[in-house]
Amino acid sequence: MSRPAVGQVAVGDALPPLSVHLSRADLVQYAGASGDLNPIHWDEHFARSVGLPDVIAHGMLTMGLAVRAVTSWAGDPGAVVDYRTRFTRPVAVAHDGGADVEVTGVVAQVHDDGTVRVDLTVTSAGAKVLGAARAVVRLAPAPSAEGGVQGSPGGVA
Amino acid sequence: MGVDPSVVGRTYPPTPVYEVGREKLREFADAVGDPHPAYRDPAAARALGHRDVIAPPTFAVVLSMGADAQVVRDPAVGVDFSRVVHAEQRFSHARPITAGDRLVVTVTVDGVRSAGGHDLVTTRGEITTEDGEAVCTATSTLLVRGEG
Repeated sequence: MSRPAVGQVAVGDALPPLSVHLSRADLVQYAGASGDLNPIHWDEHFARSVGLPDVIAHGMLTMGLAVRAVTSWAGDPGAVVDYRTRFTRPVAVAHDGGADVEVTGVVAQVHDDGTVRVDLTVTSAGAKVLGAARAVVRLAPAPSAEGGVQGSPGGVA
Repeated sequence: MGVDPSVVGRTYPPTPVYEVGREKLREFADAVGDPHPAYRDPAAARALGHRDVIAPPTFAVVLSMGADAQVVRDPAVGVDFSRVVHAEQRFSHARPITAGDRLVVTVTVDGVRSAGGHDLVTTRGEITTEDGEAVCTATSTLLVRGEG
């Protein structure tokens, strides 16, 4: 889990993909931890009464689990300096079978200030559930600048 | 009907101090299923240069959501809470939220616009230490469904 360094990351680099299974119990756990007790996330009867197909995952839960692809790649979760998304489609979590969320990420931009932008694609049941999910990650300093290694340009694989 | 655009720029008083605890950070990390040791093990966090265990990137919602309730409940803004859907969220971190932090949130209504028969209300929560050090900006857009 070492933090990627400046010069070691390029546009198009793919992050290791992530697959997360959600059950009703996960929604209850997130409700308790976050303090978001809206019953659309745990009461199927209530959720259907307001026109939803089933209980749905908190958008913030989906946002929070998706960024795991970035925190594990970045090595240090504190390297994630910016993270944003739109909530485009709810994740319905069935009583039987729950729901699966798939996350892929790719480096979309490399900035001069030592950060990179990672774009995430987050889907469930084949449909995108987050829109424009983007994280900005601060890379470690370039090894040559930090360690003063001379005469070995590109020597860090 | 609808949200009154004249509330743009309205700022609410800082929230009471929220003291960030190690156990709360671990509970939140468990709830989003993030296994990283920096949320749980002070030694692991210090090895990465942090003072203590840090929060996952979306933990700030615990503070900002409560602060946004001031806007939602403000009769001058005119939000029907039963019609609210979370539309967008952003966290910009000046530094990671860290166990032991004593934080306050100051919320401002940043924008109100209409789209497709709905109202979109954007709030900006500036999360700082009680001494005023910038920690995180949490920007939320709430969609208030039209009555059509």
